[in-house]
Amino acid sequence: MSLQLSPPKTPTETPMKTSTAPRFSRKPGKGMTHKRKSILLTIVMGFMAVYALLPLFWLFVNSTKTQPELFSSFGLWFSGDFALWDNIGQTLTYNDGEFLRWLANTVLYVVVGAGGATFLATLAGYGLAKFDFPGKRAVFAVVLGAVAIPGTALAVPTFLMFSELGLTNTPWSVIIPSLISPFGLYLVWIYAVEAVPTEVLEAARMDGAGEFRTFFTISLRMLAPGFVTVLLFTVVATWNNYFLPLIMLSESTWYPLTVGLNNWNAQATTAGGDAIYNLVITGSLLTIVPIIIAFLFLQRYWQSGLTAGSVK
Amino acid sequence: MTTTLNATVATEAPTQKRSRGRWTGWAFVGPFMFVFSLVFLAPVLYAIYLSLFQDQMVGGTKFVGGANYVQAMTDPQFWDSVRRVAVFLVVQVPIMLGVALAVALAIDSNRLRFASFFRISIFLPYAVPAVVATLMWGFIYGPRFGLVGNLNELFGWAIPDPLSNHWILVAIGNIVTWEFIGYNMLIFYAALKTIPNELYEAASIDGAGAFSVIRNIKIPSIRGAIGIASIFSVIGSFQLFNEPNILKSLAPNAISSFFTPNMYAYNLSFAGQQFNYAAAIAMIMGVLTMIVAYIVQLSGSRKDS
Repeated sequence: MSLQLSPPKTPTETPMKTSTAPRFSRKPGKGMTHKRKSILLTIVMGFMAVYALLPLFWLFVNSTKTQPELFSSFGLWFSGDFALWDNIGQTLTYNDGEFLRWLANTVLYVVVGAGGATFLATLAGYGLAKFDFPGKRAVFAVVLGAVAIPGTALAVPTFLMFSELGLTNTPWSVIIPSLISPFGLYLVWIYAVEAVPTEVLEAARMDGAGEFRTFFTISLRMLAPGFVTVLLFTVVATWNNYFLPLIMLSESTWYPLTVGLNNWNAQATTAGGDAIYNLVITGSLLTIVPIIIAFLFLQRYWQSGLTAGSVK
Repeated sequence: MTTTLNATVATEAPTQKRSRGRWTGWAFVGPFMFVFSLVFLAPVLYAIYLSLFQDQMVGGTKFVGGANYVQAMTDPQFWDSVRRVAVFLVVQVPIMLGVALAVALAIDSNRLRFASFFRISIFLPYAVPAVVATLMWGFIYGPRFGLVGNLNELFGWAIPDPLSNHWILVAIGNIVTWEFIGYNMLIFYAALKTIPNELYEAASIDGAGAFSVIRNIKIPSIRGAIGIASIFSVIGSFQLFNEPNILKSLAPNAISSFFTPNMYAYNLSFAGQQFNYAAAIAMIMGVLTMIVAYIVQLSGSRKDS
């Protein structure tokens, strides 16, 4: 990152005294002596990595098994025919391909919901960081207060409200509530204070550029790492959203993957239901693959957004 | 809050005066605030309104004042659920945050091989949806083709059934811990990265050892991050819903419809149609959460001084 190092002067000393949000840190210089690596520490951390990755490995191994093999073989190793492709085929076509429909719904919710949330948070975070306006303090207090309210406690009243507005059982009922990310607002705000120098804005104003033009042509580029970080976190939040769509949607047509998968599982555990455990497992695997790929590939961006330029 | 806001206002004031209109900022903040009032403020007000009414067999909906709140105060099922999440909070949150902090310190220590591999692999579970995480762990726990059964069979161990009455809360705690260690680790790690190098240089001149640096420099410097992570975790524990609700199909006897306050409110509204009472429960939980979060924050800042 080509940003200047400067001591943080952010308005973050708010509720917690210090922020967790990005600052421009000095990373240990290259000249710092290399410390001896500890083997013991590496082994202990190895156990942590096993704890984190073992269930994912289990999921992969078991999505390669046929239903009878699932019940008869050891969970942590492959057994019988390699049935992964067959399982994927079945998952995608089961019940007229409802899995693909749920996938399309999820993508819709992510693109509009997470994209919109990131856009709104960036706009507002920038506004809070770079402008002074009447009521700024009230905005600040209200948003902070709202973060403390359990989101799920709001779900029931939101459902009742939306049902009176005729929005339940439509994609809007899932999209509209996901448009707000207070954490995203906070992150962009902290980030914008330093990432966009006020002098640059002043220069643009002198040149007669409008505020929105300045935002889209100059500021947005400077905010990019913060933007990508917020985008990634809102994508995860909407991709993984379960409670909200569970409440809002009563027909499987608009289900996202999470609710659909749980329905399959409930069906499998019900006596007399079609036991489709192999589909639940393969479907779970297919659900997490895109998001894990996104995290691995965008690693550089989101880690730099969070630690602001101190990626090792 | 006041002081810091003043500080920003002061540094930026000259620019503001010259820029167009004092209201320009609202053009940026306005869209967010509009949607925010629709999905945050309106439901809160609506919940308060709803909680003051009761749907009665005769006469329809009637204003009852605080009757729903009085009822909740003496509702054993509600308090049973509150007690359960309180136990969960007191045990699970410190373990999760402690491990996350240890991991962050280890990755930051410069004494670890493959540090970036550890960082990404321990963070990865955060990207897994709660539904998938719970299904996965549920299968691993489960008697049908679970790993626990496998291990017992293979080695003759006697690991107790994680989905039984006694162990279900531990089983859920493990799932939540697995999901969020990486996320909290990242919050701590990001904060550790912001500690100025001069502090470390000064410490090494003083001949401070690794643990002394951790105790005297690293932990105090990231106290704010620890505070925020604690508050998020407190809120998360009080909201516990996804994991028990999904596990319910695997452990119907161990998980009741009032296992957590959120499940209680959910079942009251969608199975019992008692929307007004559910709204009162939601409001009480909101207030309780804010009180506990406030206490956590207070105890954090007292250590500061």
